[in-house]
Amino acid sequence: MNFDEGLKLAWQTAISNKLRTFLTTLGIVIGVMSVIGMMSIINALERHMINALSAVGGDIFWVQKYPAVQMGHLPREIRMRKDLKFKHAEAIRKRATYIEAVSGESATYGKQIKYRDEATNPNILVYGGDEHWAEVNGRYISEGRFFTSEEIHRKEYVIILGNDIVEKLFPFSYPIDEYIKINGIRFKVIGLIEPQGKLLGGSRDNLVTIPYTTFTKAFGQKRSIAIAVKARRGQMAEAMDQITGILRVARKVPPGQPNDFEVITQDSIMDTLKQFTGFIFIAAVVICGISLLVGGIGIMNIMLVAVTERTREIGIRKAVGAKKRHILNQFLTESIGICLFGGLIGVILGVVIGVLIAAALKLPPTIPLWSVFLGVGFSLMIGLIFGVYPAMKAARLNPIEALRYE
Amino acid sequence: MQTLINLKDIVKTYQIGTVEVQALRGVDILIHSNEYISIMGPSGSGKSTLMNIIGCLDTPTSGIYELEGELVHTMDDNKLAEVRNRKVGFVFQTFNLLPRATALHNVELPLIYSGISAAKRKVIAEDAIEKVGLTDRMHHRPSELSGGQRQRVAIARALVNNPSLILADEPTGNLDSTTGKEIMAIFDDLHNAGNTIILITHEKIVADHADRIVHILDGHIAEDIQVKNN
Ligand SMILES: Nc1ncnc2c1ncn2[C@@H]1O[C@H](COP(=O)(O)OP(=O)(O)O)[C@@H](O)[C@H]1O
Ligand SMILES: [Mg+2]
Repeated sequence: MNFDEGLKLAWQTAISNKLRTFLTTLGIVIGVMSVIGMMSIINALERHMINALSAVGGDIFWVQKYPAVQMGHLPREIRMRKDLKFKHAEAIRKRATYIEAVSGESATYGKQIKYRDEATNPNILVYGGDEHWAEVNGRYISEGRFFTSEEIHRKEYVIILGNDIVEKLFPFSYPIDEYIKINGIRFKVIGLIEPQGKLLGGSRDNLVTIPYTTFTKAFGQKRSIAIAVKARRGQMAEAMDQITGILRVARKVPPGQPNDFEVITQDSIMDTLKQFTGFIFIAAVVICGISLLVGGIGIMNIMLVAVTERTREIGIRKAVGAKKRHILNQFLTESIGICLFGGLIGVILGVVIGVLIAAALKLPPTIPLWSVFLGVGFSLMIGLIFGVYPAMKAARLNPIEALRYE
Repeated sequence: MQTLINLKDIVKTYQIGTVEVQALRGVDILIHSNEYISIMGPSGSGKSTLMNIIGCLDTPTSGIYELEGELVHTMDDNKLAEVRNRKVGFVFQTFNLLPRATALHNVELPLIYSGISAAKRKVIAEDAIEKVGLTDRMHHRPSELSGGQRQRVAIARALVNNPSLILADEPTGNLDSTTGKEIMAIFDDLHNAGNTIILITHEKIVADHADRIVHILDGHIAEDIQVKNN
């Protein structure tokens, strides 16, 4: 008896008892489904993070008060840190030699921008930066110009608009030299930022930038700023060391004490993300493992029932010449077939879930092929491992006793 | 005449807990090719046990069994399965068909285990089904067939591999007398076509179809009579 006849037989058995087959495969279905679903989410997150970071450029890093991502509570010594101020960015600009540019930035979220009778949603991100803001943030000016150090010095009300604001407020007119209002304060539009598209479902173009001096005047300086730094080509490490030293002096950190600020690189962001996705990965593996184990035990149970139910059939087959290996193969094929069936359903559901979640996060769907192979491979293995014992039991039956079984 | 089966001092003991049941207590018998033998005896006398040993479904506790010159009592499970597949055709009182398979597939079953290709199998099996007159029912399942028809399927399955002997354990036991006669007519035909047939029965009319009648009593051969010559 060859494999596809065995599969045919397995299929007949499976459809002759649909509900039982369905319930038996549920564990496998859920296991495979969750691993593929989760893997596609992780995959999508990582790819988009990489895309987003590569848009910024490789020589850029940031200094901020708090860690980028912190799981659990912040320890007290981190919560007690002093704010980062524009004077710190100024100190870096004056003393650092390994850098090309530095820009402090302050930000406030949820502002509404008005132009004549039109208004944006109150979800605009307003940055206060200095003349190097665009450069260190990997942004380009597509129309007009960026503000100058004189404008910063004079605290002028000039503004650079992101593409979302342009589309909303100036669908048919040229925005440069027009005046818009934030919180009732008038700003003159002097430049437009080239659009970058979406990241993780959020737009990267619903922002505006004004001089940081103006920002402080208009919105106050209650929050800690972030400092973006562009290192000289190939001197990232030196720049990071140098800036750490400068900031420790400026913030009077005693020697031997840890830094009271965080230096964040793209690598460290990726590491944090990897830590996070690794966490999801482990969760996926655990869930998958448990469901597959449950599924495997279910398979074993159902196969033991099948062997008992079909004792007479086994006797008949042996009477007409089936050898041990024929019976073993028959039942193994059946358990593998059931698992494969469950695995395939799991793959289909997993892909559907991956696509749905990607759609919900507004990411293009990415189903890692290896997770599909992994899912199918695992279900094959479960069918094999948990099918062996029942199949051996069937193969070892004494033909006469099997024939007599009622 | 060619010797087909040679049993010497066959003993079969069943162990049930601490109790030993002696089903066969030293059976000697010589059977030639193309014989037609009935085995008679009261219930529990050891007829089925003897048939299972002859059919290689079971092995004797002691004694020597030679089938076509091969020593069966020394064979392992795989070898026994092979002998059952190629040399023996069984017909049981309770038919023993696969309930979910069609008549045709039931008849094909022995051929599957002899490794014959699907296309060839079908031709051979259809041929065997024709011999028992069930061609129009070959795509039916056992549950859609009468008792007599089921037994015909079983007979077709028994002869499909062209075995050296056909063993029937009370083949008419579950059938009414008319159907029983039809089944016995098939065995007669098979014998006339050159097959060796051993059939177990406790009905005199059934036994009388055979050329030789062996009486078993309490695990012994009590009587072994050649009733006809062929
Ligand atoms: N598997 C078995 N285990 C224990 N005792 C058995 C077994 N098979 C048969 N016997 C016993 O062996 C004796 C012969 O049985 P059997 O060959 O079936 O008789 P018959 O077919 O002539 O009715 C009986 O006493 C029966 O109880
Ligand atoms: Mg009996």
